[in-house]
Amino acid sequence: MAARTRRIVLAKVGLDGHDRGIKVVARALRDAGFEVIYPGLWLSPEAVVRVVAEEDADWLGISLLSGAHLILVPKVVELLRQQGLHHVRVVVGGTIPEEDVAALLACGVAKVFGPGSSLSDIVRYFQDVDSHASR
Amino acid sequence: MPPATLDAARLAYEEELRHSPSRPEPPTTVSGREVAPLYTPEALPGFDYDTELGYPGQYPYTRGIHASMYRGRLWTMRQFAGFGNARQTNQRFHFLLAKGQTGLSTAFDLPTLMGLDSDDPRAAGEVGRLGVAVDTLDDISDLYADIDLHQVSISMTINAPAIVIFAFFLAHARERSFDWKKLRGTIQNDILKEFHAQNEFVFPPEPSVRLVVDLIEFCTEHVPQWNTVSISGYHIREAGATAVQELAFTLADAFHYVGRCLERGLDIDAFAPRLSFFFNAHNDIFEEVAKYRAARVLWAKAMRERYGARNPNSWKLRFHAQTAGCSLQAQQPEVNLIRVAYQALAAVLGGCQSLHTNSLDETLSLPTEHTATLALRTQQVLAYETGVTNTVDPLGGSYYVEALTRQMQYEAENYFRRIEEMGGVIAGIENGFFRREIADAAYAYQREVELRHKIIVGVNAFVEPEETKLEILRLDPAVEREQVERLRRIKACRSAEEVARHLKAIRQTAERGENLVPVLIEAARARISVGEAMQALADVFGRYERPPSW
Repeated sequence: MAARTRRIVLAKVGLDGHDRGIKVVARALRDAGFEVIYPGLWLSPEAVVRVVAEEDADWLGISLLSGAHLILVPKVVELLRQQGLHHVRVVVGGTIPEEDVAALLACGVAKVFGPGSSLSDIVRYFQDVDSHASR
Repeated sequence: MPPATLDAARLAYEEELRHSPSRPEPPTTVSGREVAPLYTPEALPGFDYDTELGYPGQYPYTRGIHASMYRGRLWTMRQFAGFGNARQTNQRFHFLLAKGQTGLSTAFDLPTLMGLDSDDPRAAGEVGRLGVAVDTLDDISDLYADIDLHQVSISMTINAPAIVIFAFFLAHARERSFDWKKLRGTIQNDILKEFHAQNEFVFPPEPSVRLVVDLIEFCTEHVPQWNTVSISGYHIREAGATAVQELAFTLADAFHYVGRCLERGLDIDAFAPRLSFFFNAHNDIFEEVAKYRAARVLWAKAMRERYGARNPNSWKLRFHAQTAGCSLQAQQPEVNLIRVAYQALAAVLGGCQSLHTNSLDETLSLPTEHTATLALRTQQVLAYETGVTNTVDPLGGSYYVEALTRQMQYEAENYFRRIEEMGGVIAGIENGFFRREIADAAYAYQREVELRHKIIVGVNAFVEPEETKLEILRLDPAVEREQVERLRRIKACRSAEEVARHLKAIRQTAERGENLVPVLIEAARARISVGEAMQALADVFGRYERPPSW
């Protein structure tokens, strides 16, 4: 049986309106065959988790260029757990300083793509984990 | 020997290229524009020096708006600064002035930019982080404490709540007995580009523009030296637009504001001289220079010929430039210093009136004192050591630059026609035109980088195995808590009746379509907060929601 197309919710959390990166990533993942849902700007952690549940997503990609990642991302991860969405893998992108990566991984984030990450690396990451997961 | 011909030069070029091993792709600008190998007089058919170029300080200002340019006066070195609370930012202002900076530029935090108070749940985690937190007049008073507002010009980067923050500023200036007529500075107050690119809007487009016009109208009478709008291409470019899109969309926005001011009954020559512009300074030096020159010509011609302005100050496009944040890289971050220096050179060769140079740690955080100083020093070296200021418009007459200047005007005019055909700028916002154009250009550029058609040093070429670690500015988490406590104390000291009275006055003035600045100044003095004033306006205007698109 063919695996269903993986669904990825890409979300901007908080007040930050920098959406160039997330929109480019959305197009690249779509072109690579993923189903991408982009619910727009200014989502609260609660709203993000609601979208993930409603869309039955496999992945959640959060983009932040506001510097508030150490406050907002752990909230989102915690809410996902509370909602029983343990299977949703969380990836974070944006202006994340190297020394904050460990803290994000420790709170349950699967992967962090900081500034300068290439589109092909991002797409390959999703494809690799995906093929590993379907085996 | 017969004289060399262009055909012979072309043949020689082809021949040489056949033997060159590198650079197989025909080079394009950073915006993807094809560039000819050589520019000669043939690139400029029918070129007339007097009408097309003219002299600096003379219509159509291709060569700059001042006759003496930087020989007369250097550009203003204006570094954007703001973080934490108002007192911390005030200290940074005094630090920058002490280092030789000649104007101030204020960065507000995201909650302030979105018109939210620091104690709003949506502000959690973002207070004082990307700029300074401002809730009430007391914060503005701390922010500009001990700064001589008659001497130092102040820039404020704020848009959706611009009219509220400006009312705070005017109330502050009056409290310190500064004469409004002598205040100099700029408020960004450009809501249209928020809808295209920067995404810090609150109200729907129509009432948003009405607020812009209210501020222009008030200043025209009461604060005549203030730049009432900084019509911005910067953010449009940062969001991924090409140089021509930046140029065309910014001027289309400008024409929209002009049209709305005229509808309000303002005299063109009363308000147009105080409209200013803000452009990006990206990597491609000549394309950027051509962009600034094309902008000046397009503006001068439209103001004189289409709008009938008679005051030459209405014809002159004055602009601030900022180096391109989106061009900076986290890899090998010291290399950013070099990028910034070249970008600053482009802005200066293009005749900017003021300039912000980004710090090398821009991709990761706000600048430390060290990196902010280096960024300022970059401008000082450019101004005092390189000799580019010694003569006016040193690139004028370059076949390449003149051909590009001409071409960009033509392409921008095509965009103006398309925008007009779809019903104007507001229609273009509502049908998603601007955002689609920008997102398409951003994706096209990123694909070029992925394919290594565009080389980025340290990212897709010349990569180092080990990266340098930077010391970055960390925000003290106590800042948010203290700001929230301060705001709660201020709110607790007010009379509920008086607060209600001011908010009602704001709502009524908004409904009646009268100028909102006077009631907002009264509200500021009564310590009405940014969030409260914005909510009162939202009660009348509504909040703008649009479907996400990518």
